[in-house]
Amino acid sequence: MYVSLVLIILAYINLFIFKIDTITEMILLISGLFSTLPIMIQAYQSVKVKIISIDVLVSIAVIGAILIKNYDEAAIVSFLFLFGAYLEQRTLNKTRSAIYDLIEMIPNTVIKISNNKTEEIDIDFVNIGDTLLVKTGSKVPVDGIVTHGEGYINEASITGESIPVVKRIGDIVYAGTILDNGTLHIETQKIGSDTTFGKIIELVEEAQDSKSKAERFMDKFSKYYTPFILILSIVTYIITKNIELSITILVLGCPGALVIGIPVSNVSGIGNGATNGVLFKGSETIKDFSNIDVMVFDKTGTLTIGRPKVSDVKFYTKYQNEMLLYLNAIEKASNHPLSQAIVEYINIDSTYDSIHVETIKGKGIIGTINDKTIYAGNLILIKEANIQVSSDILADIETFEKEGHSIILVAYDNDIKALFGIRDEIRPNMENDLKQLKKSGIKSFVILSGDNQGSVNRVAKKLGIDHAIGNLLPSDKLKYIKTLQDKDKIVAYIGDGINDSPSLAQANIGISIGGGTDVAIETSDVVLIDAKFNKLTHAYKLSKKIIANMKQNILIALGVVTVLISGLFIGDWLSMSIGMFVHEASILIVILNGMRLLKFKVKKENII
Amino acid sequence: MKNAIIQLETLTCPSCLQKINGALKKLKGIEHESVQVMFNSSKVKFAFNSDEISIKTIENSIENLGYGIIKSSIKD
Repeated sequence: MYVSLVLIILAYINLFIFKIDTITEMILLISGLFSTLPIMIQAYQSVKVKIISIDVLVSIAVIGAILIKNYDEAAIVSFLFLFGAYLEQRTLNKTRSAIYDLIEMIPNTVIKISNNKTEEIDIDFVNIGDTLLVKTGSKVPVDGIVTHGEGYINEASITGESIPVVKRIGDIVYAGTILDNGTLHIETQKIGSDTTFGKIIELVEEAQDSKSKAERFMDKFSKYYTPFILILSIVTYIITKNIELSITILVLGCPGALVIGIPVSNVSGIGNGATNGVLFKGSETIKDFSNIDVMVFDKTGTLTIGRPKVSDVKFYTKYQNEMLLYLNAIEKASNHPLSQAIVEYINIDSTYDSIHVETIKGKGIIGTINDKTIYAGNLILIKEANIQVSSDILADIETFEKEGHSIILVAYDNDIKALFGIRDEIRPNMENDLKQLKKSGIKSFVILSGDNQGSVNRVAKKLGIDHAIGNLLPSDKLKYIKTLQDKDKIVAYIGDGINDSPSLAQANIGISIGGGTDVAIETSDVVLIDAKFNKLTHAYKLSKKIIANMKQNILIALGVVTVLISGLFIGDWLSMSIGMFVHEASILIVILNGMRLLKFKVKKENII
Repeated sequence: MKNAIIQLETLTCPSCLQKINGALKKLKGIEHESVQVMFNSSKVKFAFNSDEISIKTIENSIENLGYGIIKSSIKD
């Protein structure tokens, strides 16, 4: 390619300075032949498998140009074609960069431990059951179980949660996560594409290569288009005997931008999603997603965090610290979500030598620390212990319950010491996210929940959601979605992907939020790895952008073809090299346009 | 029948897909319906009968078209 460029430049220097025509022509001929050679090889190979590719058209055109002694056209056309292909490769690689970044989360080599010796081996040679060593700062190469050591792992690539989690012996670690500190020995359980992360990569790759109806049409179109152009050019020659015109048709007939336009938008858009924790299952999904009318949400774990938290506390004692230390010690012994919420809230470690804890189902916990009996539970537990509840405290309890809290009272020494209000909080910044979604085109929101109507209403009111229905079984949710679809609505269902797979499957678009679990990947069309709701806005706006981008690309491609073909018949400005230049330029424009999607971001908007 | 995935060097033109597709479908022992050439990830997936054709032969036929092979993996 560079050789031909130098030759072309030489030829023109000669043309303008020395004005020796024969030398110019000679150089151009050599240049033309140089750059046609690789094109012809490609052409030959495709003819061998009975396919008329662009290379075939260009080869014939260049040979034709040489035959009619139009050497400059031959040289320039073949050079432009090669140069265009080179630029296309460079830019296409950029559009695919997102997936490369993902793949790099898996190390190429691992340290295997066998017979107390360590050995560095290629990731491909790891077998199930092998024990691997993972050091601080390195990436976990496989899914496995910790057999030795302890460490903190950042699992953002799988769960979206960037706060490191502690991993001890017996815990499961995932490929593609990063060991922030510590050293682990892990026993390999899953490798390569069987790992959770491998499945995420596979999902993205398949999505990028999945073909929408429009794209399949384009593929078919181009399959017949190139042979058609060849025939058209032959017919033109037979009728007009004008070789120049017929070979120009060949060059113009390359369907480049038309064929590459849609895949480029697809790959960049899906790539953008993948780097932002939004996984689309395919390009058809994107189209449906951009057309959604109704978004149906599950409540617990979707609109709410799904992990109860202490959101309000009233103290009735001067000795708060003492109380918190006692409470922590007894609640630590229980794995009830409310107890965990309290332990998390107190966040100080306390242990006592003599401690005994008894759980009373549906009421609370009774703990004994150094002969002191501590009650932590609901009003029934306290009353049964014959502890007096003042009217002030009763009023506080009533307010807490009205606000949708579950309550825990703490009492000892015959006195109530504290009241805890615990609530499954609505995800932060949710109202804003929903408003943004509505502003960008979603017509209505619905909550379907198995929870009681009261708490569903509270969430709906807070978030400005149009319909809220509680006390539903999974099969009721399914029915509701079907009724919406019968009214010709395009419905998206958003859930945590664990217990609502029928609804996820029934909806036109099933979206699972929070974690790339196997189940979520299998049942939903869109996976939001991050449990943050602004990702949903990102996903929705991105899908609209991708569709718009595809339309632009088709328009550009069709526009260019129309201009070139009409140029053939109107005026004589159109030469083979101009045709080739416009053709290659249009491909690059389409690729560059697609690349804009890689940079797409949701603007921070505060509508409230 | 075994499933194979061949990772190719970056594919840049959509007509490459047609070529590879055409070449593989000419080979005996490859299940025609299973051939899937993935443009963006530059991979070829297909099922083949290892008694009738070796992976080496398949690789050669792709390399003869002018596309480099990075690695191939086979699953039973």
